[in-house]
Amino acid sequence: MKILVCIKSVPDTETKIKIAADGKSADLTGAKMIISPYDEYALEEALLLKEAGRAAEVAVLGAGGDDVQPTLRHALAMGADRATLVQDAGLDAADPLARAEALAAGIRAEGADLVFAGKLGVGGDEGQVGPMLGELLDRPHVGNVFKMTVDSERFTAWRAIEGATEVVEGRLPAVIAWDKGEHEPRYASLKGIMAAKKKPLDVKPAAGLSSAPGAPRIVRESLELPPPRQAGRILKGDAAETARELARLLREEAKVV
Amino acid sequence: MGAILVLLERREGSLKSASLQAVSAARRLAGSGEAVEALALGTSAAACAAAAGAAGADRLHVVEDSAYDLYAAESYASALAAAAAACGATVILMAGTALGRDVAARVAARLRTGLLTDVVELERTAGGGLRGKRPVYSGKAFAWAQVPDARPAMATLRPNVFAATNDPGRVAEVVPLAVPSGTPRAVTVRLETAAQQELDVAEAPIVVSGGRGLKAPENFSLVRDLAHALGGAVGASRAVVDAGWIDHAHQVGQTGKVVSPSLYVACGISGAIQHLAGMSSSKVIVAINKDAEAPIFKIATYGIVGDVFEVLPKLTEEIKKL
Repeated sequence: MKILVCIKSVPDTETKIKIAADGKSADLTGAKMIISPYDEYALEEALLLKEAGRAAEVAVLGAGGDDVQPTLRHALAMGADRATLVQDAGLDAADPLARAEALAAGIRAEGADLVFAGKLGVGGDEGQVGPMLGELLDRPHVGNVFKMTVDSERFTAWRAIEGATEVVEGRLPAVIAWDKGEHEPRYASLKGIMAAKKKPLDVKPAAGLSSAPGAPRIVRESLELPPPRQAGRILKGDAAETARELARLLREEAKVV
Repeated sequence: MGAILVLLERREGSLKSASLQAVSAARRLAGSGEAVEALALGTSAAACAAAAGAAGADRLHVVEDSAYDLYAAESYASALAAAAAACGATVILMAGTALGRDVAARVAARLRTGLLTDVVELERTAGGGLRGKRPVYSGKAFAWAQVPDARPAMATLRPNVFAATNDPGRVAEVVPLAVPSGTPRAVTVRLETAAQQELDVAEAPIVVSGGRGLKAPENFSLVRDLAHALGGAVGASRAVVDAGWIDHAHQVGQTGKVVSPSLYVACGISGAIQHLAGMSSSKVIVAINKDAEAPIFKIATYGIVGDVFEVLPKLTEEIKKL
């Protein structure tokens, strides 16, 4: 079985967001780019399946400009066998459907029984690509998965929903979009980093894989910072007094309880 | 003319309040002559007609088939696409829940259209499309974007942001919907719920969260007690989730959930940037922390500089008296 893990390169979650000069995007100059955390969970689960003898190969796939390459190398250093970049610098700012279409073209070219992705790319926070890949590839998909078992034909996936878990059974080939799994992603060892330099990273221009995308389906108008919040009131007194006063304020002033 | 279609979400037969919020939002967005159509799936789906009507729906399309009682992405996507075609939808809305976000993306790919995720504000464009405001970078910024002419335009709505209206005089007309048959290749076979049903932070109108200031996992009971007294959900900072004190489902902030409840109580949470991003759009924020310099106080509506072990039991007691 072959597992293909879709990887997105995103700014580190500690990055302070500044609005760029265009007023529409974030100025990420100097930001550290990392593998999107949920993609990293997905990759860890894929590597564990390979180590357990369930998968013969774990490949990673990115879509975007050449700046995605270091993130793909990081995935190789964690243990992926090979990497492919569907190259189109315009994809970094494209809508989720355009990114899903580029990834789907890459997946068709690669072939894979299981496609893994993160449940969302941290930053854009859309969470659309996983379900879209299921649709575009005409496969079942399961999102928000935190645990799965798989044999050569079928899988069972545990999906986190509000206050409960859905247990989903399905057939391969399939697309699984991972939530935080039960296993912490491994660190890339020095040996892994050295080995990654020799592993194949194929760059395939998107234009050669898929038909040209049509007009964008989503147009960004602006990006703004949240309105600054005023620091409110610090209540004075001992625990009993402040608790009593807070309960009163929540009821009478804020009217939220 | 045209219609706004809203997918209603049911869990074990009961209709989600976030779905009614989406119906009312649709009513407010609908132009004159534009119908608000709802879709309900599963056993006794028609029972949603009164609630959907009261929230603003003119018609309720139903597929009364037990195969839809549990979620299956492919079947739900087919039903939603069939309903969109049947009513000539120019806009499709639904609650931004795990189910709503999942099926919406699959349908957006099928219809090759634009989907705005988790919007907190929503308007129509001049051409009848959608323009919406949505959090990005886990709430560190907000993006305005539009789906200009892709039809239908789609959006999922952040729960508890859009008000549900209630006009008990209005009942939606029930219309059976025919969905092309097909066997989904992945289906939910069972729903596992915790013995003690807990509210989810993303849906709850009140969230009480605990952080490292609680010192040990067993002390989370203080947070739970207050949450129960308030009828709210239990949240947590990343630090304590990473430490294994509580499940990741409770995590608020980046790599967790972005929430905007009417009341957020942060207990023993200092306010790291990635936590603040996830909760700073809450209406009222209460911070209880020993350290007067903690960043959380800079955004708190009400702050108590004190020991959570002393303040929380007293506060729970006072809330119970209200």
